[in-house]
Amino acid sequence: MNKEQTAKDAIVARHPRSPEALLSLLHDLQTANARNHLTADDLTLAASHVGVPLSVVRDAATFYSMFSLVPRGQHIIRLCESPNCHLAGAWSALDELRRLLGVEVGETTADGLFTLELTSCLGACGVAPVMMIDDEVVGNLTPERVRGALARYRRGR
Amino acid sequence: MRLARTHVLVGVDDEARLAGVDAVLAALREAVSQFDLAGEVQVVETGSLGISGHGVVIAVQPDGVYYAGVTPGDAREIAEEHLLKGRPVARLRLPTTAPVARPAEVLGRQTRLVLANCGVIDPERIEEYIAVGGYEALGRAVTEMTPEDVIEAVKKAGLRGRGGAGFPTGIKWSAVRTASDPERYVVCNADEGEPGTFKDRLILEGDPHKLLEGMAIAGYAVGAHIGIIYIRGEYALSIARIERAIADAEALGILGERVFETDFSFRVEVRPGAGAYVCGEETSLLESLEGKRGWPRIRPPYPVTHGLWGKPTVVNNVETLANVPDILRRGPAWYRTLGTPTCPGTKVYTVLGHVRYPGLVEVEMGTTLRTLIYELGGGLLPSRSLKGVLVGGAAGAFLPPRELDARLDFDSLAERAAALGSGAVLVMDESACIVDMLGSVLRFFRHESCGQCTPCRSGTEVLVRLISTLQTGQADETTLAQLIQIVDAMRVASLCPLGQSVALPVRTALAGFQDEFATHLAGRPCPPCAATARALGWAPR
Repeated sequence: MNKEQTAKDAIVARHPRSPEALLSLLHDLQTANARNHLTADDLTLAASHVGVPLSVVRDAATFYSMFSLVPRGQHIIRLCESPNCHLAGAWSALDELRRLLGVEVGETTADGLFTLELTSCLGACGVAPVMMIDDEVVGNLTPERVRGALARYRRGR
Repeated sequence: MRLARTHVLVGVDDEARLAGVDAVLAALREAVSQFDLAGEVQVVETGSLGISGHGVVIAVQPDGVYYAGVTPGDAREIAEEHLLKGRPVARLRLPTTAPVARPAEVLGRQTRLVLANCGVIDPERIEEYIAVGGYEALGRAVTEMTPEDVIEAVKKAGLRGRGGAGFPTGIKWSAVRTASDPERYVVCNADEGEPGTFKDRLILEGDPHKLLEGMAIAGYAVGAHIGIIYIRGEYALSIARIERAIADAEALGILGERVFETDFSFRVEVRPGAGAYVCGEETSLLESLEGKRGWPRIRPPYPVTHGLWGKPTVVNNVETLANVPDILRRGPAWYRTLGTPTCPGTKVYTVLGHVRYPGLVEVEMGTTLRTLIYELGGGLLPSRSLKGVLVGGAAGAFLPPRELDARLDFDSLAERAAALGSGAVLVMDESACIVDMLGSVLRFFRHESCGQCTPCRSGTEVLVRLISTLQTGQADETTLAQLIQIVDAMRVASLCPLGQSVALPVRTALAGFQDEFATHLAGRPCPPCAATARALGWAPR
């Protein structure tokens, strides 16, 4: 706990003490948590650092789709369902993801490894259909490519 | 650029990364040194070469040879056969029969202004940008021109905002310049989120200094000392490249304190977004920059007088700012030789979907949709026919084939009750269902509606419900009228362009594809709609 506290303090110290730093700070705090989410303590810490009420921090943390207040998997899978990926066959990728992960959209696998989400356009339309696993773009999705990517992450990337 | 006989340009973008470009780069460099070519051949990492769907693409210049689907195992052969013996490796060249296959010719039909350096210079080396005339315009602006001269030049060039609205850039700058508050900001909108669009990402990754130069010129023109680039949080590589570019420019005294040793100072900061399409709307973006949820502000007042922290602020799109250096360097009169009288210059498009050659192209304003699809996009796949085109992204228009001769510029499209938007061109052949595609558009808007105003929050919800009845064969004769009624109400009553713009895809789809809606009304859902219903759990799976 103490070690975690120190790590969080170090993250916070990298950001200016002003409201405009809030989103960057929340990104960093969330990344530091193994379960890809923001804890109640994180929000309090962020509020006191940038000098805004806790309600404003909660407001932002619940508004943006990249933040989560509930624990998620170690890796976040975000499959694009915007028109271009839709046309290119996002549904067959989704079927395969559901089948392999055994979860529905919005859920986390029992082993805590993956959370499956749908997202709006990721700006990688040249390789539609596309998903992102954390920061990595995985494109030209076919059931085989989905299987390959998941296997790679299960082996630890 | 270091002098070398031959340059091997390796396009590095997300697509190339996932195709294993890092290993290809390493193998190429090793092969070059193995054949003792290091003095004559330089392997350069560049942004995307603008060719999608072909894995790792490299270009050998000045030979003009493009290789696609390159793997590490090919490096030795390319080095030995082509670079050493001068015989291009035929089996790796993009095939020569289809337009897909002749990128040099396809590039030749383009007018690359904004993308001129993308894939040509190493975006991580400021020296290369400077070597092609980069930062010359900024240098001249701050040493030889008054801010008013700069604004006048941009006005004369007739530059209009490339984010979608097409507002004259010079008029915007002028309003900030003459605002009473001396504390002002330049904000670059790099929150690219319009579905089917990734032009700004290519500029950020392929030529970051051009954007920085445009921003600094804007800063000088309006009297701002701080520029902020708001980049969507998902664009990790863009953020890294632009941060590197800022550091390099500051180290050379081109940005930061005393730009080119004048009294003008300009600092640039990068801020990541966190996933919200509505933040591409300028007042939502400003709210987000202030650390709040991205809810649009009620306008007026406009950002030019009350922007970031209530101060006069210029908000310009990436592509708009990337036009500025050339306007100053080559002059407004030259700029006006491109494009149309009311929309001078070029426009970057993403041509995607059912075309042979999907990817990014830059052509003059006023180019027809037909040219874009059949010449630059290589046309449709063999024995396929065109059903329609979604122009302008989700907030765009569904156009039937009879609109192929539409000219793509702000005014020509407005006359046809369509919009240029972000420049996304999604081509659909007969296998696509327009009702199903409209469903995808409407779910996008439901997800991205920010929830502030009722017409949009509730309207998008109702629209998705209505389209789902059409897609599952449960619609009745009032469904289409209800769709129109809802979007018309949203158009007049929504707070911001997000809600207002939903009318465009809905109305154009209904007007241009009546037969398609009629068959769905008759209760005969098509295979794409059935697949959607299954995926979303509307019918038993």
